[in-house]
Amino acid sequence: MPNQKKFIVSHAPFWHNGSNLSERSYHIMLAAVPAALFGVVQFGMPALGVLSLAISSAILWELAFNRVSRMPDSIGDGNAALIGLLLGMTLPATAPWWFVVVGTFVAIVVGKQIYGGIGGNPFNPVAVALAVLMLSWYKYLDVDVALINYSFDFPALYPMAAIKHFGPASVDSFTAADLLMGRQTGAIGATFGLGLILGGAYLMLRGFIRWEISLAFLAGVLITSGAFAANDPARFANPAIHLFSGYTLIGAFFLATDDSSSPTNFVPMLLYGLLGGVMTVLIRNIGAYVDGVILAILIINTINPLLDKIRPKALGKVA
Amino acid sequence: MKRSFFGLAKPRFAYDSPDSVLTPERIPTPKKATIYYNRPYRRTDALLIKPGDAVKTGQKLSVYADDPGYAISPVTGAVAYVSAYQGDFGAACTAIHFDVAETEEIDDAFARAAGEATLETLKDYLAHIPGNPPLEALGEDFHPRAIVINAMDPDLLVLTNQQVARRNAALLTKGVSILKSIAHGAPVVVAMPKSLSRAAGGIGGASGAEARLIDDAYPAGLPVFVLKEVLGEVVPAGKTPLDIGVAVFTAEAVAGIAKAFETKQIPVTKTLTLIKKDLSQTMVEARIGTPLKDIFAICGVTLEDRDRIIIGGPMTGATIYSDEYPVGPDTDAVMAQDSGDVSLVSDQPCTNCGECVRICPANIAVNMLVRFCEARQYETAADEYDLRSCVECGLCTFVCPSRIPIFQYLRLAKYELNRLEEEMDKTAVEAETSAEETEETAEGTDA
Repeated sequence: MPNQKKFIVSHAPFWHNGSNLSERSYHIMLAAVPAALFGVVQFGMPALGVLSLAISSAILWELAFNRVSRMPDSIGDGNAALIGLLLGMTLPATAPWWFVVVGTFVAIVVGKQIYGGIGGNPFNPVAVALAVLMLSWYKYLDVDVALINYSFDFPALYPMAAIKHFGPASVDSFTAADLLMGRQTGAIGATFGLGLILGGAYLMLRGFIRWEISLAFLAGVLITSGAFAANDPARFANPAIHLFSGYTLIGAFFLATDDSSSPTNFVPMLLYGLLGGVMTVLIRNIGAYVDGVILAILIINTINPLLDKIRPKALGKVA
Repeated sequence: MKRSFFGLAKPRFAYDSPDSVLTPERIPTPKKATIYYNRPYRRTDALLIKPGDAVKTGQKLSVYADDPGYAISPVTGAVAYVSAYQGDFGAACTAIHFDVAETEEIDDAFARAAGEATLETLKDYLAHIPGNPPLEALGEDFHPRAIVINAMDPDLLVLTNQQVARRNAALLTKGVSILKSIAHGAPVVVAMPKSLSRAAGGIGGASGAEARLIDDAYPAGLPVFVLKEVLGEVVPAGKTPLDIGVAVFTAEAVAGIAKAFETKQIPVTKTLTLIKKDLSQTMVEARIGTPLKDIFAICGVTLEDRDRIIIGGPMTGATIYSDEYPVGPDTDAVMAQDSGDVSLVSDQPCTNCGECVRICPANIAVNMLVRFCEARQYETAADEYDLRSCVECGLCTFVCPSRIPIFQYLRLAKYELNRLEEEMDKTAVEAETSAEETEETAEGTDA
């Protein structure tokens, strides 16, 4: 049949809603921009340097791994850049260059690529990297040390560390409004509570993250810290501090919601988020670490496969 | 058909359901016609039809000597040649090609047999009428719990059954009576879209069928959801409606049965929905066997290289590679898709975003299921991740950001699983027979 036209043959369905992986990554990065930008304004050029280095080195690590493992280049899906940005946002502005590069190496190579790349990682790559950095070189993550040469028009006291070392009375001067408007010290992208909430709300409304996880996480923090504070206000800080400082918001909206390491069914998502929030406050209030978000997220990542077995009965399933 | 801005809301696809009769475009009888008879092609002496055999419209053709089934010639003329055709998933068919004569003659075998509407007459003559009634699957005695007549069209944009029901209310009523009489008075339910509710009285009432309105959001028109709505019961995963004693007929098939007895002729004209590139629909009436290119030419659809021709609707249809493909008794819709609108799949991995899980109307953990299907672990997929519950609506693939061909993976998995099970059954039977043989030999020795 020489005149036969060549039609495209493929399988149903023949429509698609147009979503793709890069769209997801770029929208999550877009939602992180307000908080990141605020960090740059607050901490100056060093913060911009850390963010830029984190994003670029993450992309380069991914490309290098793609080439070494002879897999197709996957930097186009934007996930490496997203991981770089989020890791940068969780570091203090004065983090040395090698610290950032080691961090992105751990995140991209150890946290993601050795499991097979996007979708294969059982733990959030950013949380893995941050945990490794925290256990290896804590002094570079210690916000109070890192920001020693800065002067702010508000108490330059990392609220999380202050509670741990001096009790909740030391953070009495912080109001919830201060914390939301970024009048606190912390990691580059973690101080501007309002920006993170706006970004998170945008992502939840657009469906790029699952609202069940974020809201359950925040509810877990709120309930647990509320219970602690009600029980012994002299020893434990009030929920506002727990909600709006440290890594809580960035964790709830950007880290716990990582697709690959979080559940997909309704009840598991609620349990997963709730447990993350509870663990966060437990580690902060009675654990040894200053901030519990990162470890709490790694813990809920671990139980995610088990949790996601709780699912509705399939249609027509017998027995 | 893009993702809605607010991703929280699930996409809701409403079925098209115009509240009026659309005048069908009548396609003239083609010069050449083809039918696919659903038996594998065998080049043997058993093949009873030869090139040059004269045929009349509606004539029953016995194709293979050892096969009780039959095909119906949709045209008058002569058999041109017989060949093999392979459909989706290697479905082997015998393709019978006809040269069509100038004047039409109607075969009168059915007219002589059509005095009384019995199950036997139906099975003997009407198994291949437009709408494909499931007559071949029925046993000698037909005692169903219920008969469901589906005036819904399962896929989006398709209007065939609802339009047939709207235009032929009287025929449907008559068809219901015929079905009732052959099914020993089993209850008959007509499932129809809401837009048909005004016409509903005419269809159901007189013959004692119950009318039931079906929600207009996809996938409510898929047979499994129609049955759930009508019977309040879900067909168990992996079973067919017939397995639980329910026979499902399309409205077109029922109207066709009634028309056959009214006109004493086997219907050979198929009603179908032509979905053009701009997604507008035209109703078409074409002789079974008409090549699709005739329909495209008359309805003004121009196809270029890299376009797509889809048999069926946009969510569940199947593509074909040639516009010579003929209209068959089950061709409810033909869709032309412009190369610019063709959506392609990718080889990106699943990122576990869960869009598929949340949209699945059958509550399947698609994210897990597709992993097992990709890894060809079909048995685990079925045992632990509900492969057989899949209703084949295509929504998971529609929303997948990784653009994984999930639907195809699942269909392939079901196909492979069926093959596996058939082979296992065969081995079991063989083992049994050989065991019996050994026993017999042993007994023989004893004696």
